[in-house]
Amino acid sequence: MSISFYILSALMLAGGLGAVMLRNAVHCALSLSVAFTGLALLFLQLDAQFAGLAQILVYVGAVAILVVFAILLTRTSEEIGESNVFSRTWLIGLILAAAVFAVLGWAVLRTAPMFPQPSAAPPVTVQEIGSALMGRYVLPLEIVALLLTAALIGAVIVATHEKEGAK
Amino acid sequence: MMQTLDRIFILLRDWLVHFLPSAWRAPAGTVLSVIAIIGLFPALFALTTVLERKGLGRMQNRLGPNRTGPLGILQPVADGIKALTKEDVVPFRADAIVHFLAPLLLVVVVFMGFAVLPMGRNMVLVDMDAGLLFFFAMGASTELSIFMAGWSSRNKYSLLGAMRAVAQMISYEIVLLLSSVAVVMTAGSLSLTKIVEAQNTYSFGLPHWYIFTPWGLLAFAMYAIAAMAETNRTPFDLPEGESELVAGYFTEYSGFKFALFFLGEYLGMFSISGLGTTLFLGGWSAPFSFLGWVPSWIWFFSKVMLSICVFIWLRGTLPRLRQDQLMNFAWKFVLPITLFNLLVTAIWRFLGPGWPRWFVCTALVVGIYVVMGETGMRRGKFGPRSYRYAE
Repeated sequence: MSISFYILSALMLAGGLGAVMLRNAVHCALSLSVAFTGLALLFLQLDAQFAGLAQILVYVGAVAILVVFAILLTRTSEEIGESNVFSRTWLIGLILAAAVFAVLGWAVLRTAPMFPQPSAAPPVTVQEIGSALMGRYVLPLEIVALLLTAALIGAVIVATHEKEGAK
Repeated sequence: MMQTLDRIFILLRDWLVHFLPSAWRAPAGTVLSVIAIIGLFPALFALTTVLERKGLGRMQNRLGPNRTGPLGILQPVADGIKALTKEDVVPFRADAIVHFLAPLLLVVVVFMGFAVLPMGRNMVLVDMDAGLLFFFAMGASTELSIFMAGWSSRNKYSLLGAMRAVAQMISYEIVLLLSSVAVVMTAGSLSLTKIVEAQNTYSFGLPHWYIFTPWGLLAFAMYAIAAMAETNRTPFDLPEGESELVAGYFTEYSGFKFALFFLGEYLGMFSISGLGTTLFLGGWSAPFSFLGWVPSWIWFFSKVMLSICVFIWLRGTLPRLRQDQLMNFAWKFVLPITLFNLLVTAIWRFLGPGWPRWFVCTALVVGIYVVMGETGMRRGKFGPRSYRYAE
C-alpha cells in the first residue's frame, strides 16, 4: 500500500468516473483509456511487466480505438453532444452496484489469507508465461483462438451489407 | 583510449553526478540521461529536416532550401522561429481540451519509446526485461493521439485523414509485431540489450546480424514496409497527403502545435529506425570484427541515419499508394509473408547450425515471395471498381 498505489487508484477512479459522467461520448471513451492506462500502471507497479505492457498495447492501442470508432460511426454529427447522464432509475442501479461490490469484496477478502506475503511472490517472467501457455494452458489457448476467429468472421458477415442484384 | 571513448557518455554522466550526495546520484543520473535524449533527438530532427528537403529537392531536380545560411543549414532555425511566432488558431467549434492534448500525447509517447533503445554498450536508459513490448505499447498509443487530433478539429478532412491513418496504423502494426517476433524467437528474450548482444558475435570477421540470415532479410523487409506505414511516410502517406486531404489530421493545427506534430512524426521515424537497427542490423555492434575499436554509439547512430536516408530516398522515389491498395497490400501480401516467415524462423532454429538450414530457409523465403507475388499480383478482371461496405 505505497503512495504510488494511492495515486494510481485516484487516477483510475477519476478515469472511470469520467467515463460514466462526462457528457460527450468521445470524451467518455478517452477517459476510459485513462482508466485502462491506470490499470496498466498498477500491473507494472506489481512487477507484472507483460500484463501491464500488454494491457497498454491491447486496451489503449486497440480497444479504445475500437470504442471511439464505434461511437463515431453509429451517430450523426448532430447527436454527438449533450445527453442526460443520470438516469431516472438511479436508486435501483445504486442497490445493484452495492450488491455486486459486496459479493466481489466478500470473495476477495475470503481468499486473501490463502496467498503468501507480497515479498515472497516470485516474479513472473515472459518465459514462464509462455511455458504455461504452451504447456498447461494450451487447450484454453486454442479454444480462445477459435473463438476469436469465429467472432471475427461473424462480425464481418453481420456487418457486410449483402447487395441484391448488381454486384 | 578507445574504451574510454566508447564509455565517454557514461563517464561524463558519472562525473557530473559525483558532485551530489550519494542518495541523489541514481535519480540525478537518470534525469541527466533523459535530458540528453530530449536534447539529442530534436537536434537530429533539425538536421534531418534540412537533409530531407535538400535530398528531396535534388531528387526532384531542384535545389532545396538554400537561402538561410550556407546550403540552407540554418533552415530549421528559421522554421522554429516561424512556428513559435505564428498565431495559434483553434477553430471555434473545435473541442478545445482534446485539441490541446493531442500533440502533447503524441510527443510524450514518442519520447518514451526512446527509453528502451540501447544506443551503445551499456547505454540504455531503462533496461526492461520486456523492452520490446514496452516500445510497441508506446507505438500503439500514438494511434489514439492521431485520432484525437483528427476528431477534435470538427473538420471533415481531418476526420477522414485520422480514420485513414488509424486504419493504416492498426493494419501495419500487426506486421510490425509479427516480424519482430521472429527476432525474439531467435534471440530468446524480449529485452533489447540481450537481442543486441546476441548479434554481437562474429564468424570469419562477419557479424551475426539477423539481416544476414534468410528469415532476417525477409523480416527486415516486412519491418521496413510496416515502419514506413506506421510513421505515415510515402508511399503510405495518404492520411497526410497534401494534394489529397489538405493536410489530413493536422489541418487545423497552426504554429507550435503543428511543429509538435511534425516533431512527433520525425521522432517516431527515429525511434522506429532505432528499433529496426537494434533488431536486425545489430544495434551498436560493428560491421566487421576488426572495426570493433570504433565507439559503439557511433555505429548505432550511423545505422539510424542510414535508415533515415533510405526513408528519404523512398519518399522521393515511390508514388503514393491509394487507401484500398494500401490495405490490400497489408492484409493480403505482407501479413501472409510475415506469418510464413515465423515458420521459416522456427525451421532455421530447429535445424541447428550448419549448411542445410541455409539452403532450406533461403529456398523457402524465395519460394514464398514468388508464390505471393504471383497470386497477389494477378488481376481477375479489369471491370469498373466495385465496393462492399460494412453497414
